[in-house]
Amino acid sequence: MNWTSPSEFFAMGGYGTYVWGSLSVTVAVLFVEFVLLAKRRRAALVRIKYNTTLRREVGK
Amino acid sequence: MIDWFKYSSPKTFYPIAGKAIPWFAAIATVLAVAGMYVGFFMAPTDAQQGEGYRIIFLHVPVSWMSMFIYVIMAFWAAIGLIFNSRLSGMMASALAPTGAIFTFLSLWTGALWGKPMWGIWWVWDARLTSELILLFLYLGFMALQSAIDDVRRADKAGAVLALVGVVNIPVIYFSVQWWNTLHQGASVSLTRAPSMATIMLVGMLLMALAAWMYTAAISLMRVRCLILEREHHAAWIHELKEIKQ
Repeated sequence: MNWTSPSEFFAMGGYGTYVWGSLSVTVAVLFVEFVLLAKRRRAALVRIKYNTTLRREVGK
Repeated sequence: MIDWFKYSSPKTFYPIAGKAIPWFAAIATVLAVAGMYVGFFMAPTDAQQGEGYRIIFLHVPVSWMSMFIYVIMAFWAAIGLIFNSRLSGMMASALAPTGAIFTFLSLWTGALWGKPMWGIWWVWDARLTSELILLFLYLGFMALQSAIDDVRRADKAGAVLALVGVVNIPVIYFSVQWWNTLHQGASVSLTRAPSMATIMLVGMLLMALAAWMYTAAISLMRVRCLILEREHHAAWIHELKEIKQ
C-alpha cells in the first residue's frame, strides 16, 4: 500500500488537483452521457406509445 | 454458415442488443473498479513524476479509445456504403458521440497532465494538434448528419466524411515518431517490451478493457434509440413489450 493516511491519498503528492480533476471530469462526463441516453430512450418510447394508441383509436 | 444479413435487420438486432447491454455494462464496471484499485493502490509512485503520473490510468485508455472508435465508426460507414444496410449507418452514428467524448477526455486529462509536468496546459505539437483534429472530425460528422433531413442520405454523406478522416488516425499514432514532439513516445507498443512496470501496465490494460466494454454498452444503447426513432412506424416496434405495457 502506498498511502499511510486518507489525507495523503487525497493530496496525491501535491498533484491532487490534476489527478482528481482528471478523474472527476471523466466520471461526470460518462455519467451524463448515460443519463441523456436513458432520457432519449424514454422520449422515443413515449412517442411510439402515443402513435400506437392513436392508431388503435382510428382503427375502431 | 451464419446469415449475417439476418442480423443486419433492426428487428433482429434490437432485442439481441438489449440482452447484451447489461452484460457489457457489468463487465465494464468490474474492470474499471479493478483497474482503479491497481492504479491508485497497487501501482508504485513513479520515480520522475511522483503521484502525478497516475493520470496515465485515465489518459491512455481514453486516448486509445478515441482512435479505436473512429476506426470502428469508419468500418461501419464503409459497410453501409457497400451493402446499403440501414443498421450499418446507425452503428456509425451511434459511435460518433462516444468517440467525441473520449477525444475530449483525452485532451482534458492531457492538459491536466501537461500543466504539472511540462509547465503548460496546451502546446501546438503534432500529437496534441492531430488529436484536436480528431475531435473536429467527430463533431463535423455529427453536424453533417444532423444537417441532412433524409437519414439515409445523411448516413451516406457522413460515411464519406468518416472514411476520408481515417487518414488522421495513423497521423495521431505515429506523430510522436514523425515529428519532434513535447509529448512522449509510446510506452506500450506491439513490437517491443513495454517501458513501464508490469503492475502499471496491468492497471492501464484493465482500464482500457473497461473503456472498450463501456463503449460497447453505451453505443448499443444509442443504436437502440436510433432504431426506435427511425423505425417508429414499423409494425414490429408496436409489438415490443416495452411499448405494449
